[in-house]
Amino acid sequence: MEMIKLTIDNKIVEVEKGTTVLKAARKVGIDIPTLCYFELGDMKIENKPGGCRVCVVEIEGRKNLAPACATEAMEGMVVDTHNIRVLNARRTVVELMISDHPYDCLICSKSGNCELQTMAQKFGIREIPYQGEKSTYRVDTSPSIIRDVDKCIMCRRCEMMCNDVQTVGALSAVNRGFTAVVAPAFEMNLEKSPCTYCGQCVSVCPTGALTEVDHTRNIISALADKTKTVIVQTAPAVRAALGEEFGMEYGTLVTGKMAAALRRLGFKYVFDTDFAADLTIMEEGTELLGRLGKHLAGDKDVKLPILTSCCPGWVNFFEHNFSDMLDIPSTAKSPQQMFGAIAKTYFADKIGVNRKDMVVVSIMPCLAKKYECQRDEFKVDGNPDVDFSLSTRELAHFIKQANIDFLNLPDEDFDHPMGESTGAGVIFGNTGGVIEAACRTAYEIHTGKKLEKVEFNQLRGMDGIRSATIDFNGLPLNIGIAHGLGNARKLLEDVRDGKSNFHAIEIMACPGGCIGGGGQPYHHGDSSILKKRAAAIYQEDAGKPIRKSHENPDIIKLYEEFLGTPCGEKSHHLLHTHYFDKSNEVFIQE
Amino acid sequence: MVNLKLSEDKINQIKEICKSFNNEKGELINVLHKTQTMYGYLPAEVQEVIARELNVSTAHVYGVVTFYSFFTMIPKGEFPISICMGTACYVRGAEKVLDEFKRELKIAVGETSKDGKFSLSCLRCVGACGLAPVVLVGEKVYGRVSPDGVKDIIAEYKQ
Repeated sequence: MEMIKLTIDNKIVEVEKGTTVLKAARKVGIDIPTLCYFELGDMKIENKPGGCRVCVVEIEGRKNLAPACATEAMEGMVVDTHNIRVLNARRTVVELMISDHPYDCLICSKSGNCELQTMAQKFGIREIPYQGEKSTYRVDTSPSIIRDVDKCIMCRRCEMMCNDVQTVGALSAVNRGFTAVVAPAFEMNLEKSPCTYCGQCVSVCPTGALTEVDHTRNIISALADKTKTVIVQTAPAVRAALGEEFGMEYGTLVTGKMAAALRRLGFKYVFDTDFAADLTIMEEGTELLGRLGKHLAGDKDVKLPILTSCCPGWVNFFEHNFSDMLDIPSTAKSPQQMFGAIAKTYFADKIGVNRKDMVVVSIMPCLAKKYECQRDEFKVDGNPDVDFSLSTRELAHFIKQANIDFLNLPDEDFDHPMGESTGAGVIFGNTGGVIEAACRTAYEIHTGKKLEKVEFNQLRGMDGIRSATIDFNGLPLNIGIAHGLGNARKLLEDVRDGKSNFHAIEIMACPGGCIGGGGQPYHHGDSSILKKRAAAIYQEDAGKPIRKSHENPDIIKLYEEFLGTPCGEKSHHLLHTHYFDKSNEVFIQE
Repeated sequence: MVNLKLSEDKINQIKEICKSFNNEKGELINVLHKTQTMYGYLPAEVQEVIARELNVSTAHVYGVVTFYSFFTMIPKGEFPISICMGTACYVRGAEKVLDEFKRELKIAVGETSKDGKFSLSCLRCVGACGLAPVVLVGEKVYGRVSPDGVKDIIAEYKQ
């Protein structure tokens, strides 16, 4: 690799040819502020439109200041990153941005996490010298995501995520000049676009232009209603990230404190979505073995591979883009919905509560879950199995709102019976986790043998597309894994073209899996945070006394007392679903 | 991606245009250009077809259509009227002629009259500066147009 030398702020820097000035500066610890620039290094995600001009630097011999994020470092270049001309230019750029930005920081949901606000503070901006026209655009509210593009600074990060990473194609910059906005086709509402609600646009938005629909108030009302029994479930990835919102180290597990906090918030029963994840494995694993058995016996009507269906962003994506293949995903509902279905039948009966008087809340690392729980097929006479879904961020705000001293809470356990879970349920939060959990159970059921080692390390990792062959006692099971919808698209196109020989494929919509979900605390482009969360999830798994879903005593009891057998009639009714062709669901306004 | 209201013929024509550019993403602007030349405008359904053929998102196609002022989603009138705003025409009073057309037709530049007969646009120099100010109705050129003559031009096409 060819190396070059340049001088930045009187320091000699040696970097590979092709490196940007920004990265060269960061290599020697020189910080250049950025705003539109965004990077998730390990995921090969980068946004550098060079549009905001906050990262400008002075390069000797050049007339104009250059954006460090989009300027290649050259041999012998002499760069100054903080002389008065540079600092004045940056300041002006931010002042101009704020001059066309609402001044509602006090009540903006992004306050404290807003990168524009941070920049204004950093530059000590105390007044806006520019008066002029302001953008006004309607606020677009969908089941999961709110677009308030008056707060948009045209950094194009969401566009990059939606198009390049996720290949969803819901958002694009439209119009030009002052009227330019990021919007769906024909400036329709997000709800009428191919948006999957994965929320990755929200997770990278530097300002409050893209945020989640907040359901905290609805839950406070439900908790205050004496006639309601309010129960809560928490997804695996939440416990690995919630602590961040309270200043704890990245990758700190807060399972016990989270349960304690939820109890103090007033939830009558604090349960774990991991329980439902174990249940998912029973259903999905049985379905996999059933389809595999028939396929191996020569039944041509049985389609393989089987696709996991836990991720609602992914379900939306294939309903829009692979509507010709609706028969290959597993029919198993997601853990969130399995939980709701069991809570409002089995558990409601157990405690003698009518389903109409029970409110099921889920805490999810995800924004698509908000949409999922509103889907009509998950309602009984209009009453949803899961009433409200809160993101990890919303839960953190809720805890702060209630003045709970999170850091000093004792560790508490989940309630029974739907709080009992195994290590297999926990790893649902990581990419590769669902299929590993399925393998732990399917292996033992298929071979009748006990697994010597429950970890399938070949299924773990952060590469966007992975494959592995697991030896099922002589039967080689080919497994594919993708995280990020762009990667999923590649895997699925190969399946469509008959180019792959996978038996099972796990897909999660968000980079890293649920730990990198659209509802998680903002990582601001630091991919080491995602790795630490992933490690925490595996740590929780390793510490569990039971690590295989089919050994969960409360799951065994649930089948004995209520469901009968996995994929049996009752399961089919309560725990399985069907998919819709949404490829034609984009409507054109007249 | 859409409940199409376009006729089979029209869809096939658009597909042909895309095919003539090898269905390449990078040819989007050329495809749009050619399609607009054929249809006069680029309605939503047409953009949907092009997006599908070139394998790009509809949002992206719409982004390009709304970025370039040459592209329009409004159908042109039966008789598209263009007023030259080139230097020669401008100094000889093209703007007053344009204002008169706006007043007579009750539409702004880029719009089409309610009955669908006339649309109004501006252009830069048709190479007939000796005839300034110049107005085009369809392919027909009118020279030395004065605001007083606007009514007569419109009347020619009213029936």
